[in-house]
Amino acid sequence: MTPTADPRTTGHAPAGRPLVEVRDLTVEFDTADGTVRAVDRLSLTLDAGRALALVGESGSGKSTVAAALLGLHRGTGARVTGTVLVDGTDPAAAPPAVLRRLRGGLAAMVFQDPLSALDPYLAIGDQIAEVHRLHHPVSRRAARARAVEVLDRVGIPDAARRARSRPHEFSGGMRQRALLAMALACDPRVVVADEPTTALDVTVQAQILDLLHELRHETGTALLLVTHDVGVAAESADEVLVMRGGREVERGPVGRVLAAPAAPYTRRLLDAVPRLDGPVRPPAPPEGEPLLEAVGLRKEFGRGRSAVTAVTDASLTLRAGETLGLVGESGSGKTTLGRMLVRLLDPTGGELRYRGEEIGRLDERRLRPFRRELQLVFQDPASSLNPRRTIGDSIAEFVPRGTGGAGTRARVRDLLDRVGLDPDRLDAYPHEFSGGQRQRVGIARALAAEPRVIVCDEPVSALDVTTQAQVTALLCDLQAELGLGLVFIAHDLAVVRRVSDRVAVMRAGRIVEQGTVAEVYDTPADPYTRSLLAAVPALDPVLAAERRARRARHPELAGI
Amino acid sequence: MTRYLLRRLAGAALVLLALSVLVYALFYVVPGDPARLACGERCNPAQIAQVRARLGLEDGVLTQYLHFLQGVVAGRSHSTGTALVPCDAPCLGLSYQTGQQVTALILERLPATASLALGALVVWLLVGVGTGLLSALRRGGPTERILTVLTLAGTGTPVFVLGLLLLMAVCAHLQWLPFPTYVPLGEDPEQWAWNMLLPWLTLGLFESAKYARLTRSSVLETLADDHIRTFRAYGAAERTLVTRHALRGAVPPVVAVSAVDLGSMFGGAVLTESLFGIPGLGRTLIDGVRQVDLPVVVGVTLVMGAFVVLAGVLADLLHAAADRRVVLT
Repeated sequence: MTPTADPRTTGHAPAGRPLVEVRDLTVEFDTADGTVRAVDRLSLTLDAGRALALVGESGSGKSTVAAALLGLHRGTGARVTGTVLVDGTDPAAAPPAVLRRLRGGLAAMVFQDPLSALDPYLAIGDQIAEVHRLHHPVSRRAARARAVEVLDRVGIPDAARRARSRPHEFSGGMRQRALLAMALACDPRVVVADEPTTALDVTVQAQILDLLHELRHETGTALLLVTHDVGVAAESADEVLVMRGGREVERGPVGRVLAAPAAPYTRRLLDAVPRLDGPVRPPAPPEGEPLLEAVGLRKEFGRGRSAVTAVTDASLTLRAGETLGLVGESGSGKTTLGRMLVRLLDPTGGELRYRGEEIGRLDERRLRPFRRELQLVFQDPASSLNPRRTIGDSIAEFVPRGTGGAGTRARVRDLLDRVGLDPDRLDAYPHEFSGGQRQRVGIARALAAEPRVIVCDEPVSALDVTTQAQVTALLCDLQAELGLGLVFIAHDLAVVRRVSDRVAVMRAGRIVEQGTVAEVYDTPADPYTRSLLAAVPALDPVLAAERRARRARHPELAGI
Repeated sequence: MTRYLLRRLAGAALVLLALSVLVYALFYVVPGDPARLACGERCNPAQIAQVRARLGLEDGVLTQYLHFLQGVVAGRSHSTGTALVPCDAPCLGLSYQTGQQVTALILERLPATASLALGALVVWLLVGVGTGLLSALRRGGPTERILTVLTLAGTGTPVFVLGLLLLMAVCAHLQWLPFPTYVPLGEDPEQWAWNMLLPWLTLGLFESAKYARLTRSSVLETLADDHIRTFRAYGAAERTLVTRHALRGAVPPVVAVSAVDLGSMFGGAVLTESLFGIPGLGRTLIDGVRQVDLPVVVGVTLVMGAFVVLAGVLADLLHAAADRRVVLT
């Protein structure tokens, strides 16, 4: 019997059978520490035209399930058992030619992290044309025309010209659109989207999710959406499957699961999601002397005609015990402003006063006494900690001198204890910690210098919602205890709302609006703030549909 | 772009200046008397002093160096004892031993060296990159293991051993080719190619081992990138992934290393040139060093330096053409 005649591996799904059928899928990897079971007896079905969201935290196995649908575990040493059928084809057993037809032709994957998911050397149109030709026997020219067509369909302006651009010439949102266009170019029956909006700003995220929604209704493809963000699931899926540790925790229609979660884990997950109608901090602390004061701060990069203004006319005040949220989309200048506040960058113009003293133009030597008191916590603790040094050494470096070796060690233990880590782990290396724990190490390192001001640059945006909630709670506690002035930079409006006393909204290098949390969130004065707020995913599918319709009617609210 | 080229050229001038200072300084540290060598065995001290004066060795080091620089920039005249010989810029001086103009000497020897270097470049790009690509395609299989052993053997074999083995096998044993003698390209292109074949293979194969390893590791590194996963998930065959997407990752390192190798070969692949009797710059340089012939040594060193720098600029331009993310400033 030839392999192509085997209905189990190549046939089409019989009428009445679901398009995607997964039964008792188990995926195991052998690692140095023994066998890891990434997916444990998971079952799911997906019909044509429907959308299912796989929701879980990192390590829950959701991406492993998605990869199994395309047979991406073949040849990797992973052990896959159970049944997977995509339109009647078994990706784990199909012969290579059939598998290649399945990949893209039947089920197309839209990957996360759009910068590295496209070939950096080739024009985007050519990459889409190449993929199209793998599944359709057409000429190069026709494939290129198809590429322009799908790029146009996903809303790339001037698609014929932009098809010749390389990936680095596209913005993050445009690259994600291009990846979606690549999936479309193959006319698949199932689109598997793995965290398609995780790296994007809220307004761009809303556009991509709207696009996914439209395409599904237009072409009748099924959508399997893999995400850690419950809000994203609420926006775009019919059904939700919550995963934890490779297993199903709960499954059901999205409205029911989000409104009345049956499993305690689902409830915890939902509680951890920062929301625009959630609790806010107790009222701001009494007014005191300003700790840090910026007046008309400005930063230009480059010189002469090629100069780029990253921040202009930024004025703000930070008091002890106060948290100032700084929100804006990528490229708004919030990171540049944050780094100027701790003088990691030299301001091009304006004034920066710390406890009444002008520090904006001090040279490095005279700035040194202030360095210790102005600290920074980075977004990615994995890359901001030296992988070859123990975390104890990394923290000890910032402990003020004069305490002696034993004293320093005791201080490091004390700091680890304070940020909720086991003090006995001070001799461990960064890779032995999870993302959330590493961020705690980053906070301990900032605290080691006994600062008065900490600027946190997207401290939780790389973390899961539950870890996010823990780390923000830790920051709030530490601040209350130590009376720190915190600047909290983030693109996530809901997170900022939860931790801040006052908020500044940035766009294109300017602060467009500034005020207390109540002022900015309840009565936003600037249209840009309003469009940002309108793009935050709602946890209620009915509300989400309403807002999607509103966005469709008023494209100007969808931002840029 | 123009700014980049101007900056690189200014940098090249500085490098060459520093190089000439270094060679001059070294020359006065090592023992040896060029005047005695130039004059011959039976010269008496008076004759040697005369030669010394003619060569300008009586002047201080600094004066000699400044004269040299003047010659390069504006040209100068040399005394042969009886007459003044004009030497136009760029004048690298006269050989202490033969009295020949160094510029002319280099121009005379350059074609042989260039023939050798460029031919070897073609061989190592074809064989080296090809081997690396093949072992990346067949990774984990027996082909790769055999290629790895060959590559290791290639790295470990000195170039003159490889050349001798080839000579013995091809010319002596199998008698497929006559023993090579150098025929200039302008004289008889066909004979030139036949006679250069063995030198090209020797030098090219010797260098190939390095390029095979470089290509293989760059391709394998790129294969682990996320964009390869994208195309795999869209049904691209493994071979397409390697040749269309991953091979490009090997371009920047191969081009960069090739440029440096090519540049230094323009200073002469000494061993290969000696083995096959090619009258190139390598042998000129070695003779110059042996005879304490400062103008020749400085001249050849500067030519080598110039080619290394130029090849570096060329590599940058190629890299920028291959990868549009690279912006030259």
